[in-house]
Order: sequence, then C-alpha cells, then structure tokens
Amino acid sequence: MAAPQGVRAPREERRRRRREKKAQAAVANQVVQTAGGGWRTRIFPYALIAPASVMELLIHIIPMILGVCIAFLGLTQLTIGNWTEAPFVGMENFIEGLDPAGAIGSQFYAALLRTVAYTLISLALAWALGMFGAVLLTSKVRGRGFLRTLFLTPYALPQYVGAIAWAFMFNQSDGAVNRFLVDDLGILDDRPFWLLGDNAFWVLVIVTVWQFWPFAFLMLLAALQNIPTDVYEAAAMDGASTWKQFTTITLPMIRQANLVMLLILGLWIFNQFNIPYVLFGSGSPDEAMLVSPLIYEQSFNYWNFGLGGAMSTLLLVLLLVVSAVYIRLVMPKGKQLND
Amino acid sequence: MATIRRTASVLSVAALSTAALAGCGSGEAEEVDTGDISGTITYWASNQGASITEDEEVLTETIDRFTEETGVDVELEVIPWSDLQNRILTAVSSGNGPDVLNIGNTWATSMQATGAFMPWEGDALETIGGEDRFLQSSWATGGAEGETPTSVPLYALSYSMYYNTEIFEEAGIEEPPETWDEFVEVAQELTQDTDGDGSIDQHGFTMAGSSYTNNAHQAFIRGLQHGDTLYTEDGEPQFAADGIVAGVKEWVDLMAEDEVVAPGDAELTNGSESVQQVASGDAAMVFDQAPGNVFNNRDFENYEAAPIPMLDADAEGIEATQSHVAGINISVFENSDNKDAAVAFVDHMTSNEEQSYLNQEFTALPVVNEVYDEEEAFQTEEIQLKQDILENHARPMPLQTSEAQMETTVGTAIRDLLADAAQGTEISEDDVRSALEDAQTQMD
Amino acid sequence: MIETRGFKILRAFGLVFLSAVVLVPLFVVVITSLKPLEDVQGIFTWIPSEITFQPYLDIWKTVPLADYFLNSLIVVCIATAFSVVIAVLAAYALSRFPFKGARTFSLMVLSTQMFPGILFLLPLFLIFTQLQRTVGIQLNGSHLGLIITYMTFSLPFAIWMLAGFFASIPKDLEEAALIDGTTRMGALWRVVLPVARPGIVAVSVYCFITAWGEVLFASVMTNADTRTLAVGLRAYASQTDVFWNQLMAASVVVSLPVLIGFMIVQRHLVTGLSTGAVK
Repeated sequence: MAAPQGVRAPREERRRRRREKKAQAAVANQVVQTAGGGWRTRIFPYALIAPASVMELLIHIIPMILGVCIAFLGLTQLTIGNWTEAPFVGMENFIEGLDPAGAIGSQFYAALLRTVAYTLISLALAWALGMFGAVLLTSKVRGRGFLRTLFLTPYALPQYVGAIAWAFMFNQSDGAVNRFLVDDLGILDDRPFWLLGDNAFWVLVIVTVWQFWPFAFLMLLAALQNIPTDVYEAAAMDGASTWKQFTTITLPMIRQANLVMLLILGLWIFNQFNIPYVLFGSGSPDEAMLVSPLIYEQSFNYWNFGLGGAMSTLLLVLLLVVSAVYIRLVMPKGKQLND
Repeated sequence: MATIRRTASVLSVAALSTAALAGCGSGEAEEVDTGDISGTITYWASNQGASITEDEEVLTETIDRFTEETGVDVELEVIPWSDLQNRILTAVSSGNGPDVLNIGNTWATSMQATGAFMPWEGDALETIGGEDRFLQSSWATGGAEGETPTSVPLYALSYSMYYNTEIFEEAGIEEPPETWDEFVEVAQELTQDTDGDGSIDQHGFTMAGSSYTNNAHQAFIRGLQHGDTLYTEDGEPQFAADGIVAGVKEWVDLMAEDEVVAPGDAELTNGSESVQQVASGDAAMVFDQAPGNVFNNRDFENYEAAPIPMLDADAEGIEATQSHVAGINISVFENSDNKDAAVAFVDHMTSNEEQSYLNQEFTALPVVNEVYDEEEAFQTEEIQLKQDILENHARPMPLQTSEAQMETTVGTAIRDLLADAAQGTEISEDDVRSALEDAQTQMD
Repeated sequence: MIETRGFKILRAFGLVFLSAVVLVPLFVVVITSLKPLEDVQGIFTWIPSEITFQPYLDIWKTVPLADYFLNSLIVVCIATAFSVVIAVLAAYALSRFPFKGARTFSLMVLSTQMFPGILFLLPLFLIFTQLQRTVGIQLNGSHLGLIITYMTFSLPFAIWMLAGFFASIPKDLEEAALIDGTTRMGALWRVVLPVARPGIVAVSVYCFITAWGEVLFASVMTNADTRTLAVGLRAYASQTDVFWNQLMAASVVVSLPVLIGFMIVQRHLVTGLSTGAVK
C-alpha cells in the first residue's frame, strides 16, 4: 500500500528505484499475459478478494446500513421483541438525541468534544513516549532485546487486565497510587479521588497512554531501523547536534510512518470502549463520559436503541470525513495499491 | 393474529418460530398441563450467593430433586448481575431464550412490557398454588397494577440496618437508633479516631455510593418517609418533588454535612464492599438486604439487625416505609416450547421445601407464608424482623415500565452528588433539586 | 543517530523511567496475586505479609476459569487462522493484480477500520437473530458467531499490512516460478508466503491480541457455555464478593498465553511491521 513512498532517499536513489519499478511492472504484465489472458486470469483476483468481501459485507457494511435505519425507528424495550415491525418515527430520535439544547443532546456533544480532547491528549503523550523509547533503543544497547520486550508488554496484555489493574491502583481509600503519594511520599495530605470527578478524565488518559504507547513505540522503532546510519554519520561530520539530527533527519524520514501510526492509533483511542467500561463500570462519571460508552448506555442500559442509533449515525458521518482524509494519506489519489 | 401466534408457540411448531413473539399483554389464559411432562428446560438463575460456582452447587441440588420427581432435565446457567439485563435483552429480541429465568423484581414491570413473558393466570397460576400462598407484598411486585403478573416471587429481601455490636458495646450504646435524628447522632458519636493518630479510622455509617441501584432505593425510601413518591398517581415522573429532595438531601448529607461516612465510600460500586467495612470494624452501621454471605465468608458474627430508622418512631402509612419490597422473581418465557415443564419447575422452586432450602442457602426470605411457621430456621429474630418489615414497612418500587430507567437516572444523579460531597463540595438543597430535575429530563 | 555523551546519559535515565512506567502496574498485579486475603482488605502494601500461591489455586474453583480459557482459545485461534488466510488472499490480489474494483475494495476495507465497535453491536446482533430465525443457524451464544465477528474485525488491518508487505517482495521470484509452470496459487503458497513469514506472524499476533482482549461483543454474544475469559473475568469482578488477590491471580493467568506468545514472536513483529506497515 503505502509501501515505497515513505522513506525520502536522495534524489538519485529515487530515480533509480522508479526506473527499476517500471521495468518490473513491464515484466509482470508480460507474465500475466503469457499465462493466458482468459477468463480464469481475469476472475482470479476477484476470487481472491471474495471471502474478504463477503465477510466485510456481512459484518461491517450491512450492519452499518441497518444501524442507520434503526435510527429512524422507535426501537425500545417494547418493540425489540419484534424489531422488524418497530414503528417508523422519522427524525424524532435525531431531534431528541442530537439537539444541543436538549438534555440528551447536550450530553452527546459534550461527550463528543471530550472524546476529541481525550484522543488528542492521549495520542500526543503516547507518541512522545513511544518516540522517546524508540530513539533510545534504535542503536545497539545492552539489554535491548529484553527492554524492547518489556516495553511491549502493556500492549500485549489484554486490555481489560490493564484496566482492572489501574482501577485497583487508583482506588481512593486503599489504592497503590494514594498509598504512594500520601503515605509514602507525603506530597499530599488528603487522599484525592481518581475515579470520580475531574480526575477520572485524567485517569482515563493515563490508562490509555499506558496501554497504547508501546504500539507507537513498536511502529516507530520499525521505521527508525529503516533509516540508514550513514545519513547520520554525514550529519555528525558536519557538526549537527543530536537534537538537530533528530529534527532534520529522523523526523522527516519517518514522516509517512508517523502519519499512518498516528491515524491508526488515534482511531483506536477515539473508538475506545473497553478501558472506560472496565474502569468505571457501565456508567462513567460525567467528567469522563466518552462517546462509545454513552451510546452503549443509551442503547443497553436504557434500551433506547433508536436514540443510540441516531447518535451512532452522526458519529458515522463524522468518521467518514476523517476516513476520507486518512485514505488520502495512505492511498494517494489515482494510484493503485500495487502501483 | 395474536391468537395464532400464541397457539403456534404453545404447540412449538418450529417452522413458525420465524413469526415474532406474541407481543401482546394478557389474552386468554394459558392452557398448561403439568400432569405429564418430559424433555429438557433451560433455567437462567441470577447470582445470589458469594460466587457463581457456589450458586451452581446450591441450585444443582434443587434441580436434581426436580429431575428425580418429574424426569425433566434442567440446564442451569447462573448469570452474573452485570450480564443479566443484556442477556434478557438478547433473549427478548431473538425470541430465543431460556424457558425459565430470574429477574430482579424491580424490573418486573419493565419486563412485562416487552410481552416476552408468560402471564400467570388460569392453569399456570393454579399449578403454583394460587396467589394467596405468597407473601402479599412480594406478589404485588409481579407486574404493573391491574395487569396479570408475568413473574412470581422467588426470594424475598428487605433492607434493614446491620450494625457491628462490638463497636456499639465499646461506645456504650445499648439500643440501635430508631429515628433518623438518633441515627445521625449515633453515627457521629461512632465516627472516631480510635488509635489517636489524627485521622479518623472508624466511621459511623457506610454506603456504596457508586451503586446506582442502592441510591435509587434510598431515594424511594427516604422520599416516602417524607411523604412523596417518585411518580404521580398518573404515572408521571416527579423526581424533584419536595419530599424526594428532602430525602435525598438527608442521604447525601450523611457524607456531606454529618461526615459520618468515609469519603472513599463514594467509589464503592457494590453493596457487599460496604458490608465488608462493617465486618472489618471500619464502619459501625450499614443498610443492606442480605449481608449474611459476606459476613460468613469472613467468620464475622458480631452483628445484629435493626429496622431502618424512620423520621418519627411512630410514623404511619407511607411515612413508615423502611424498605422497598426487594427480591428476585421468576418468570416463564413466552416462547418456551416446553411451558408445561417450565411451569412445573416454577412450582417446584416455590414449593415449601425448596423455599426453605434455597432461602437458607442464600440468606433470603421465603416468599410463601407457610414456611415461616414450619421451619425453625426462619423463626430467628433477624428473620422475624425482616418479615415484619416486608409485611408492614415495605412498598414495591414504582410499578412503571420506565422503572429500570428511573433507577439508572436517579441513582446516577445521587452517585454524582455523593462524589461531589466526597471531594469536599457543599451540597445545598438546590443542588439536589437540580440534579433530580436533570435526571427527570433524561426520561422519555 | 550518533551517540554523544549527553545522549548516553539521557538514554540511561530514559530507559529506567520507561521501565518503571511499565513495571509498576505489573508489579502491583503480580504482588497482589501472591497475597493472602487479609493483605488485600486494607490499604495497599508493597510487600505482602507472606507469599502464597493459594489465590492461584482458589480462582479455578471460584470461577470456571478453565472453561473460559478453552472458549477463548477456540474462538481466538480459529478467528485468527481464518482472518490471516482471508487477508493473505485479499492482500495478494491487491498487491499483484491491477483489477477493476481494486480501489473500491481497498476503500471499503480501509474505511470500516474507522468505526467503533459500538456502531455494529446492535445491528449485527439483530442480523444474527434474524439469521437464526430464518435459517436456523445459531450465531448468538455460539462460538461461530463470535468467530465470524472477531475474524472480520481484524481483517482491515491485516489486509492493509500484508498488502504493503507483499508489495515489498520482488516479483521476479514468483515470475521465475510461474515460468516454470507453477500455478498462481502455487506461487503464492511456495514462493511468497515463506518470504512473507514475518509479516504473517505480525498480523497473526495483532489478530490474536485484539480478539483475546475483546469485551463488548463477547459480553452480548456469549452464554455460560461459550463465555470467554474477558467476560468471565469481568463477571467475577462484578460478583457480590470480590477477592482482589484472586482477581489479580486470574489476570496473571489470563495474560500469560498472550505474553509468552508475544515474546516468542516479537522479533518478527518489528521486522514484519518495518516492511509491511510503516514504509
């Protein structure tokens, strides 16, 4: 996909690659042709993508369309038993669920903004930690293999395990965090609450960063290892400082990898459900209510599926806009994947 | 059409099961014949004891006796409370559920409205011995007023106050408090720094501040003590009625103004966590329905039960409410293809013998009158107290279809108030009122 | 990067800091799982009064952990296997054949990756219900439903990564084989796949980890017989009486398979990612 555009090699190098690729493509086309351009060859790629397409249709596309339809139905506990005959209510769910002045609508927009803030903050911190770790471990250090494995553990750990552990640590009266801050260090006199009030939001950020920074680390480490060392040597010869080397060589060279990673990670964080669900149970505190848990609450705690559907639909539209941007990035316009 | 569907489901014509559930309220009585039954039924039980596996052991004994008697096999599944509502939802929407299932009795009316549960009338009602066998207050939770109930009581519970007798003795308090003022006073007296290190390590009272159900129950009970109900007589929500506001304020003030509750309690999501504090001596009193298992698991015996304090010791009528009629009900799924066996199983579960066995195991109260007289285990002081509360001082939670939603919105509003109080914010009456008003706007 | 002295000092501090960030929560979990019950009832202590493995024995009795384990293994392994196979086929098509509709297909795959699971939960559930009613295949509450769901969820990322990976494999290798008379599938199987091993490992690990930790769908689509570890553990945590030492012991037990698997393949993971996704 994004394969060859990533690394900014010197111009000569790029030209040479382009020439090679053209030659390769020519050969490939020949082979395809010599293999006989009959219908078998023509349907072959479609046969290959058929299973994936069927699964995508069944599990993603159709449910998504149905989800939009539900938003126009009065689907509640009274009608769920026979949902195909639930009454059509037009825009009612949208008016109730998405009206910024209404009780539920205002909650939805607040959750949406909060989720954006949560995503940006967590993403920035996860990126910073991941980048830091990746830079430190790019060159051969003693214990590098061990440290790399260690740093990856929070990502490998099942998400709910990480969240349970943090919930246990952030307990106000006898958790490890307050034990450390109040009893051991004595920095604070009163035991602060972490899982209630404004702090709950920051706990959400901390747990998210803890679980996701290893992914940033992993992707960035992979990208950094592709940078040839001689570039740095040349720069060092010119007297560039470590920081200068980082900003003028490292960052530009991994730009593409960076963007892709930030987008994927950003989406994962934006869509996060497991972490708040395990940390706070089925009802997050207001200060930490994100969009996914809110839709869950409307649908499954209140059995008000139409309303949940309306919220989902708006979210869908917003994410489609984001995905358009994303796709432009990973798949430049007018180019095939195998280009 | 409804009749056709109903008949179809009774006849269990599998091919017709594509037609949806019988989505109607009460129609003509079920024809149930429990004389000749066979086959297998599925039973979803709620988690009553300390763990799922413990519950399975207890229930398997009961089920074995049923199978021996009738030849019907029962597939048991004990479902944790966190999943139960979702699982019922699954069953209701797919029409593919168990034959018999437990529900929290406060959900009964909400569940009835889905039309997925069999109404108890005619033969079915006769099979289980008619409604007069049951505790009247518990029976009343089976469904909306004036409609045929779709669930029958299985375990009865009620709130009472449990206190640590050691702490009471040490402080020289002989009698548990009777009125709310006395209660607050005692709680304040017992909130102490026992080891003199400058921080309070024993609190007079403990509550699960993050449990929205507990909070909703207290809003209901305290509201009634102040003379107001959560719904008007026409079934319209009035969460911010003066009595409710006053009651909720009292409850929140235990943490905010009276400071007899540890701030950390605002985080507790589970009633048993506060019961543990009484067992460990960190708190003196707690309002709970069935703390027996938690106490037993910790070999803790120094506790006693007393009625929940009222505003006035001589209060009468709704102002004398101390508890909602708590408990678990049992229902038969309308789509069951073995209703005869399902009804027979409910009959078995509500029989005198099984009621006696099950309620001892789960430290709950039997739902049939006779058992109290027959069985010595139910003649203890604690049981008699709870029985008295159920009979004379308990009212069912509002029998409204939106009850489940009310518990969430009101309970969550109070949880947030307690959280603010725990963090040192002063809570005024206006704060309480506006929080409850917000909760009401969340309702449809 | 050229290492100055300042960088080396920074690195030493940095690595200690990052290790601490990772290790403290892990330490809390492990140490709590080794404590007797008395130790977990009051305020947290860093050192247990005695070390006991009792929680590790008790937890199998408190919760049918073994059943949950088996369910998780069945669902996750099958889902991962199918997901990887399907992704390999699709990714191969995308990276080798300029067919009509390739762009639409990749757009579809890429965009579904955007959406939160909550958007699909109810509709998917209702579709499964309807299928059950009309065709009679039980999907809700069976392993099958969860397998189908999980394998589709990791598909977009898997296809996307593998396509990048395949694209980086020179085509001459297959072409030589094709000229020798091998079929296309044969070339994929014998020539491309062996070279693509690190990429396949990376993708499998991703699928496995994602499915192993999934809570939302599992909580609605499983029953007592098919309940997975994620739901089982949450069920335990919400039980009336929670013993934290046992909960932490269960957490350790649940995490071990993924952690061990992860350690074995993590070397491939970096190689796989560096050729597949990040270029």
